[in-house]
Amino acid sequence: MDRHGRRLGIALAAALPAAFLAIFFAWPVGSILARGLLVDGAVDLSGVTETLGSSRTRRVVGQTLAQSVAGTTLAVLLGLPGAYLLYRCNFPGRGAVRALVTVPFVLPTVVVGVAFRSLLVDGGPLAFLDADGTFGAVVAALVFFNYAVVVRTVGAMWAHLDPRSEQAARALGASPARAFWEVTLPALAPAIASAASLVFLFCATAFGTVLVLGGPAYGTVETEIWVQTTQFLDLRTAAVLSTVQLVVVTASLALSGWSRRRRETALRVQPDTETARPVRRADLPAVLVTAAVVVGLLTPLTSLLVGSLRTPTGFGLGNFANLSTTGSGDSAGGGLGSGLEVSVWQAALNSLRIAVDATWIAMLVGVLICLLVSRRPRRPAARRALGVFDAAFMLPLGVSAVTVGFGFLITLDRPPLDLRSSVVLVPIAQAVVAVPLVVRTLLPVLRSIDERLREAAAVLGAGPVRVFATVDLPVLGRSLGLAVGFAFAVSLGEFGATSFLARPDRPTLPVVIFRLIGRPGADNLGMALAASVVLATMTTIVIGLAERLRVQSAAAEL
Amino acid sequence: MTTTIRMRPRRSARTSAVLAASALALTACSVIGGGDDAGTSTGGASSTTSDQAGGKVVLVTHDSFAVDKKLMADFEQESGLTVQTRAPGDAGTLVNQLVLTKDSPLGDAVFGIDNSFASRALEADVLQPYASPEASDRADELAVDDSDRLTAVDYGDVCINVDRTWFAERDIPEPQTLEDLTDPAYEDLLVVTNPATSSPGLSFLLATVGAFGEDGWRDYWAALRDNGVKVSDGWSDAYFVDFSGSQGKGPRPIVLSYASSPPAEASPKADQAPTRALLDTCFRQVEYAGVIAGAENPEGAQRLIDFMLSTRFQESIPEKMYMYPVNEKADLPAAWARFGPLSDDPFEVSADEIDANRREWIEQWTDTVVG
Repeated sequence: MDRHGRRLGIALAAALPAAFLAIFFAWPVGSILARGLLVDGAVDLSGVTETLGSSRTRRVVGQTLAQSVAGTTLAVLLGLPGAYLLYRCNFPGRGAVRALVTVPFVLPTVVVGVAFRSLLVDGGPLAFLDADGTFGAVVAALVFFNYAVVVRTVGAMWAHLDPRSEQAARALGASPARAFWEVTLPALAPAIASAASLVFLFCATAFGTVLVLGGPAYGTVETEIWVQTTQFLDLRTAAVLSTVQLVVVTASLALSGWSRRRRETALRVQPDTETARPVRRADLPAVLVTAAVVVGLLTPLTSLLVGSLRTPTGFGLGNFANLSTTGSGDSAGGGLGSGLEVSVWQAALNSLRIAVDATWIAMLVGVLICLLVSRRPRRPAARRALGVFDAAFMLPLGVSAVTVGFGFLITLDRPPLDLRSSVVLVPIAQAVVAVPLVVRTLLPVLRSIDERLREAAAVLGAGPVRVFATVDLPVLGRSLGLAVGFAFAVSLGEFGATSFLARPDRPTLPVVIFRLIGRPGADNLGMALAASVVLATMTTIVIGLAERLRVQSAAAEL
Repeated sequence: MTTTIRMRPRRSARTSAVLAASALALTACSVIGGGDDAGTSTGGASSTTSDQAGGKVVLVTHDSFAVDKKLMADFEQESGLTVQTRAPGDAGTLVNQLVLTKDSPLGDAVFGIDNSFASRALEADVLQPYASPEASDRADELAVDDSDRLTAVDYGDVCINVDRTWFAERDIPEPQTLEDLTDPAYEDLLVVTNPATSSPGLSFLLATVGAFGEDGWRDYWAALRDNGVKVSDGWSDAYFVDFSGSQGKGPRPIVLSYASSPPAEASPKADQAPTRALLDTCFRQVEYAGVIAGAENPEGAQRLIDFMLSTRFQESIPEKMYMYPVNEKADLPAAWARFGPLSDDPFEVSADEIDANRREWIEQWTDTVVG
């Protein structure tokens, strides 16, 4: 393979993701920001000083930062022992626990809000905590949603670390704590930084969670953008706030990128089947922390499950039986329907189909980005360019769904890209959100592969495809499955962008749940909770399957 | 999918096979782009070339819209129209999107613009006049102005609801009026929703503006605050978590909801619903339909509006959208007729006033209640 061929390959690999991001993110968001900030073609900054000067804006920005930092810190601290236990150790039921911790990540915030608050409200089982409507409740909910992000992102890396480095340190007399501190932790640092930046972005743009758990006093930049855009149509203020959001997000990405680069080195990596070991006595602290977290995750989930089994005539499966109806004609009660156009099962099927599309799009784009960004060019300028390229794909997580949604409407509205009514826009919008997760899962692993392995393979005559298949793929195998599961979960749970784009005759499961819980009557609440249980079950199964897919392809290489 | 987890075949061809197979499986499942949707997903340009009599008509609406599938199919067959719906958000989002896409309209007809956003739509001139022959007298009464650009389709009342059982068990009289809610006897019993993020919340704020005037409503809210009003974010949250009269069995027996909520709590055979709407605390919400300016198929949009005013569609509104039909000939479901009366004299604020003051009122409300 000559140099030109290689260059062409790289250019092509860069062009597809770049075009994807440009069309489905940069252009729509840029256009809606321009509407707010440009007056007669000139940038009008009067709104900027006005908005930034107001005490309300300052309070909201401070609130956002405080919640995000607290949520991220706690999620990382609790997630590390979880990653260790679930990806480094072997125990019966490990797969089930792995899938279980991912469930909160996909549940609709309005349902989780109701489940959480039912526990915390006066007279609820956890009323003694006196946490309803407090900062603590908001942070707890943020951790609830994002714990899986840390466990999976860090776990993907941890599973590959060669245990011999740590063993060597131990043999040389280091205590377990010291060996962890000086050998394992530095090796994990890039993955931890990845996870932290993801969680920070999710926390900084959290919408429903914050409002439901915190109440009106806990407005964030995200909720403020939503109000300004959908209620006041004040695009100028919204654009200023979106810009503030972008600045915060970019700063956090730069910070995490910097801490990653300081640490990222080629590591001894191994297919994971070599590294897992049984749980030992020394693992007790990790076991205790993780058990406590799992109980914490299970509490709202259990309250959900119990709620889904409660019917007006006592406990039973009535709510689940109702899922095949659309309310109205086929409902038994006094002629009161749930106001759905399709049954919940139909919506579940829609969700699955859309998720399949979103997943392959996200994987295609994500893997290409990873292959490109994991390269280590010698020129600093080229390295910096790659860093920017990498960070650009994280931005969609940091921009509010309402901004993207309105942006779609005013850009993708003319041929050849009149996609506003198209069903393909839903999986694409979800893929935009899933790509960063795919990249953050795969990249730390790919980067840890020693470049010399690839060079050696190339010297021995392997073409780029063969190098990828024999060097990268075996190590990636496990993480590919993780990434697929992750992308699928994101798509299943995505609500913000989807609610803008999904057509009423083709709703996804979260959209239907949102509708059901917006109507009075025990039947509707029961169906909403039952539908959430279905969503949780679907997620568990899909993630379980994705992990198996992975193990096999990884193992097959050796 | 085979699952031989710890097996280790030797050849790399196996990997490629597994990956290729899974990739194939994935794409083969991706039915969403194809099938019955191929025709509709191409959108705009090709739509008018359809050789069906009426062509395609795109209805833009909000996320609470629902219609009986069979009714819609009947309408499509009779009219020769193909109806496609888009629901890009709540009522506020809907109007704002119409305004933003004025140069390249989202569709032909719109349904779901309510009286709190009506003026914005009229001012931005995103609708064209159409006087439907099906419009009833009540629809005319509920009109925003006489330009015929917005036709009332349904309406309802946002009212305070009380849990009758809670009050009966404690032998405390139920509150009746807005003033009662500031009475210390009802301290810490009321939960409402945030007007900035919830549409009933805004309606209730407007009810208090209507009741106490521009100068008095803030004092009223200060009194509510001092009497321990709880503000939840959204309706679901307030009704299912905080309210004692719903399935959630929360701690507070007075909640902001709708006049149509009690029927949903009543069992079909009961004489009385366990909850009741206080009809002296209501604000009337009216939902309008219209033909979008610049519509590709304005005739189709007009037929669709006629259909939405027809008795058969109007009779499906309570079950599907929890609102009351404007058509006097439409029968209400039995439970609604018995347990869900509307207010005789709801509080009113004109659409113009709402549009002019929405932001100021919400900000003042936040300062007063949240601090």
